[in-house]
Amino acid sequence: MRTPASEIAVTARRISKNYGAVEALRNLSLDFPRGQLTSLLGPSGCGKTTLLKIIAGLLEPTSGEVEVNGKAVTGPGPDRAFVFQDFALLPWANVLRNVAFGLELRGIARSEREAIAEGYIRNVGLAGFEASYPHELSGGMRQRVGLARALSVDAQVLLMDEPFSAVDEQTRRKFQEDLLSLVQREAKTFIFVTHSIEEAVYVSDQIAILLPRPSRVSEIIRPGGFRNKGADQIRRDPEYLDIVDEIWASLRRYVE
Amino acid sequence: MTIHGYRLPAMSSLVLWAVLWEIVGRSGLTFFIPPLSEVLQTLFQIIGTPAFQNALQETVVAFLAGILAAVAIGIPVGILMGKSRLVDEMLLPWVNMFLSAPLTALVPVLMVLFGFGMKSIVITTTLFAIWIIILNSRAGVKQIDRSLVEMARSFGASPLDAFYKVYFWAALPEILGGVRIGVIRGVKGVIIGQLLISVVGFGALFELYSSNFLMSHFWAVLLVLFAMAFALSELLAHLERRVSYYAAKR
Amino acid sequence: MMPQRSLMLTLLSAGLVFGAWQIAGMIPVSYAFPTFLETMSALLRMVLDGTLFVAFGETLKPLLVGIAISAALGIGLGLWIGLSSWFDWLFSPIFIVMQAAPLAALIPLLVMVYGIGLTSKVFVVCIMAMPVIVLNTSGAVRNTPTPLKEMGRSFLGSERDIVLKIILPAASPIIFSGLRLGVSAGFIGAVLAELKITPTGVGDIISYSRSIADYPSMYAAIFSIIVLAVLFLNLLERLEDFLFEGNNRGYASDT
Repeated sequence: MRTPASEIAVTARRISKNYGAVEALRNLSLDFPRGQLTSLLGPSGCGKTTLLKIIAGLLEPTSGEVEVNGKAVTGPGPDRAFVFQDFALLPWANVLRNVAFGLELRGIARSEREAIAEGYIRNVGLAGFEASYPHELSGGMRQRVGLARALSVDAQVLLMDEPFSAVDEQTRRKFQEDLLSLVQREAKTFIFVTHSIEEAVYVSDQIAILLPRPSRVSEIIRPGGFRNKGADQIRRDPEYLDIVDEIWASLRRYVE
Repeated sequence: MTIHGYRLPAMSSLVLWAVLWEIVGRSGLTFFIPPLSEVLQTLFQIIGTPAFQNALQETVVAFLAGILAAVAIGIPVGILMGKSRLVDEMLLPWVNMFLSAPLTALVPVLMVLFGFGMKSIVITTTLFAIWIIILNSRAGVKQIDRSLVEMARSFGASPLDAFYKVYFWAALPEILGGVRIGVIRGVKGVIIGQLLISVVGFGALFELYSSNFLMSHFWAVLLVLFAMAFALSELLAHLERRVSYYAAKR
Repeated sequence: MMPQRSLMLTLLSAGLVFGAWQIAGMIPVSYAFPTFLETMSALLRMVLDGTLFVAFGETLKPLLVGIAISAALGIGLGLWIGLSSWFDWLFSPIFIVMQAAPLAALIPLLVMVYGIGLTSKVFVVCIMAMPVIVLNTSGAVRNTPTPLKEMGRSFLGSERDIVLKIILPAASPIIFSGLRLGVSAGFIGAVLAELKITPTGVGDIISYSRSIADYPSMYAAIFSIIVLAVLFLNLLERLEDFLFEGNNRGYASDT
């Protein structure tokens, strides 16, 4: 079942990336369907963050190319926004300025960008914290700031680098539920890096399993049936459990 | 820094600066900067002379004595401060004060109390070096992981064993860092002491050369001093890295 | 309760030290060792007749000029070194050597070149204060957290924006503490210059009272300049804590 070309938002074509003699990625190709969430899942060292940063334009591939909406990526662009693993918030700026920072860098006037930012601060559930500083917030709240910042530049593609790995388990579950409704609500393409099998199966429309040495896509899984069953039903769905087991079976021999 | 994919070694730009020095010196731009080649020639002439050997020996002896005292007093005091809250609270304000105080102002006191000689210079060196050694030893002991302490206790280590087998090693990276900075400060202290007391060591030599406008002699001594100070600090940094390989992994 | 205990102990410890000073002066351990009270009364006299403040003014002049020059030049150069690998290669070794070397040895040379006036003294302050300011600035700029820089790039910040809005603010706590260390080294230099080059300000009181064996005044002058330096540096440290509170926090690692 091939997806029509216009339905592909991002394409990675024969990407290789070497750091000196070390091969991080070799000849990797992958399509990311529009409006869906694709997870890059794999053991550490499989190059999933490297691939995400290449898509973001933060790293240059040694060979191969990335296309976003048919245009080749040469660097960071307004069509993509990044959510960082360690949040990358400005510690000297309050929540409002942090959320508006992406717009500030694009030269949007202050009143306008703050109005936009306030809307997204409310959306991610941080209303009332506009004047707080990052060190006054919990890890989960900090990542909501990072998410609001990425949403407020209104890019079509959202790149998320293990966004929930630095928050505690309960917060992480809440985030995963919120992410599901975000994917439904916003007509955006999500590319999501994670090392958690459960998380990937829970949130993804498509899971690309990356294996290391040399890094490659070993398998693409598209969970189907349980996607529309409601957030609280997914984890007890037999298909969900089967897929989790299946992925673990194929990954376990790569874990030291 | 890479040029055409070839990595230039660190510090290699000093060669460029040396060439620049030579050019400025040759150009006769200023009387005060003779060409590097001339300075080096002078260096080889004076390095064997009794005056230079004497100054070097006096400086090294004063420096070593001062550092030895700073280490021998500083490390135990620091460890004691790290372990005893009372001692810590009594001493910490003083240590912090002397760490940032303009210690040069104390040299005249040392001169009237201990005379215009070696003794004053040794004490100056100790005064410059000791405070950071105390402070780092204290920090080293304070940062020891609680679980490491509990591990030693749970396996029934005697207090003495716990000290020599756990605490000392756990604090060693910080202690060595303190000694390294203390030594660098001590080098400055010994020279400042000699400049102010100026009848011994390089202080006397500087006085002699500058009053006779022997520029290349002056630069030659500076070059030796700076090179030795830099080599010493690099050597200690190297030793610290070798011993402290586990510091980052705690 | 706790701050009181700490304050009590500090006072107790000060009492012990000054008491020991008093007793040592009364024995006396040396003809040149006045008691604490003699020293304090000399200090009081100099405060009351204003000589101390005139002397401070003299001493602080080269210090402030030197620090201003070192700060402007040092931060500028440090920023450049931190941003460009070429400048790093070219200039870093100079300052690394300067940091390790006993630069005070340059004083006789400075006196030959610039005479015994203010210029030489300013230079002494500069050579003492500059290396740490440059090295702190360049190190802080070089070590700006990579995620912050990547964030700036991925949200399409220009080079200028990234330097002004991300790198400089992120580096400013370390730049500021470099300045504080520079001031501390500058104090050493300023006093050294007054003792070595020409006696002015506090250095003049020290040298003059030593020559007429007025040891209480000599000790009082030394005591006062140390207190002045320590208070000033303490103030800078407080300012630093106030300005950059929370600036080093806020990353994922300290949740």
